Amino acid sequence: MLSVQDLHKSFGDHHVLKGVDFSLDKGKVLVIIGPSGSGKTTVLRSLNLLEMPDKGSLKIGDANVLFGKRLSKKAVKQIRQKSAMVFQGYNLFPHRTVLENVIEGPVQVQKIDKQEAIQKAKELLEKVGLREHIDKYPHQLSGGQQQRVGIARALAIEPDLLLFDEPTSALDPELVGEVLKVIKALANEGWTMIIVTHELKFAEEVADEVLFMDQGTVIEKGQPSGLFHQPEHERTKQFLSRIR
Amino acid sequence: MFFGNITIDWNLAAKSFTPILMGGLKYTIPLAIASFIIGLVIAFTMAMCRLSSIKLLQWIARIYISIIRGTPLLVQLSIVYFGLPELGINISPVNGAIIALSLNVGGYAAEVIRASILSVPKGQWEAGYTIGMGYFQTLRRVIIPQAMRVSIPPLSNTFISLVKDTSLASTITVTELFRRAQEITATSYNFLLLYSEAAFIYWIFCFILSIIQNIIEERLDRYVAK
Repeated sequence: MLSVQDLHKSFGDHHVLKGVDFSLDKGKVLVIIGPSGSGKTTVLRSLNLLEMPDKGSLKIGDANVLFGKRLSKKAVKQIRQKSAMVFQGYNLFPHRTVLENVIEGPVQVQKIDKQEAIQKAKELLEKVGLREHIDKYPHQLSGGQQQRVGIARALAIEPDLLLFDEPTSALDPELVGEVLKVIKALANEGWTMIIVTHELKFAEEVADEVLFMDQGTVIEKGQPSGLFHQPEHERTKQFLSRIR
Repeated sequence: MFFGNITIDWNLAAKSFTPILMGGLKYTIPLAIASFIIGLVIAFTMAMCRLSSIKLLQWIARIYISIIRGTPLLVQLSIVYFGLPELGINISPVNGAIIALSLNVGGYAAEVIRASILSVPKGQWEAGYTIGMGYFQTLRRVIIPQAMRVSIPPLSNTFISLVKDTSLASTITVTELFRRAQEITATSYNFLLLYSEAAFIYWIFCFILSIIQNIIEERLDRYVAK
């Protein structure tokens, strides 16, 4: 359902992505790992056009774009509609309650009936274990709770693809577990997901496929059992040994 | 002794208070409110131009803001009221005052609004985009509500300055608060008393405004971490 071809991106003189290719089937979970500066977050952000690649192509479901020239608003919208992002820093709307954060997309963008959206949002918040916090403002919640609201907000727009950008990196260690548990549950439900993370143990448990990136290219791609235990490339070995 | 003979003419003070206050209520406050509202529309437009990626719009806004901030309000007012009739454009004193004051507020508040929009973290824009919103919807639903909180203190200052600046409209014959006081001094020559009285009423107005400012700030604070 997703395919990325020959993705290039530069920030000024810095060539961040040097031709990235991969694809993903529906219902699969792809985890992207790699050292900081490897371009993994840029790849993820390119998938819903928070970064605009300079070159390459992207296809999600029935939407596809070719990078290089200015994209039409319609094309951008089509691609963005396919996915939802969970951010490292949560990026919840601080002026809206938990419930309002979750229904914002369905009501304001998808024009779903408000009562219906509230009903659905409550179910989602139940699922991420925040049913009793729906009327609180984000600043009244812990980081782990905020991130779970972020996940509910992403689920609310019913995307085909869920993107996670280091979802636990900003959390205190004791709060990481609750967020990972929710993400795992989503994987079991069959959501198609791409996760950028440093949590290797979690990655191994949740991933169907793992992508190791370094210096703007995909070094190695494979199943977690293989990539984590018998990596083919020296660079992958080095990275895994250093982080473990 | 120079100060020997100070006696306050309480009778004059009492008699003049109502006409001066009425000048304030009938002209000063409406003038300030009208100019502020129109000024904010201009300011918002200019702020959007400054933030636009279109170079021409950026420059129009820059030049406008530069001219407004670089010239005295009294001169701006005089150009509108005394200058424009030479081009065949005749404007009533009140309208002239509103035009000049609005343009002035537009220039000052534009930078306030721009800065408050820029103060909202980039991640908020991204959060809007990723749930499917476009630029203007994100601006309206996500950015402006947060920028408003930031802009209330500086915009309150702008408004309080504006209330006092309306006194310049006295120079183009608008019978606002200060002009009323001037008119009474023309027959009584009691400058100290009447101008102090005018000052006192301005101060009361501004004092009330700062209380309103505090109430608004507290209301907008409910979602901010303490």
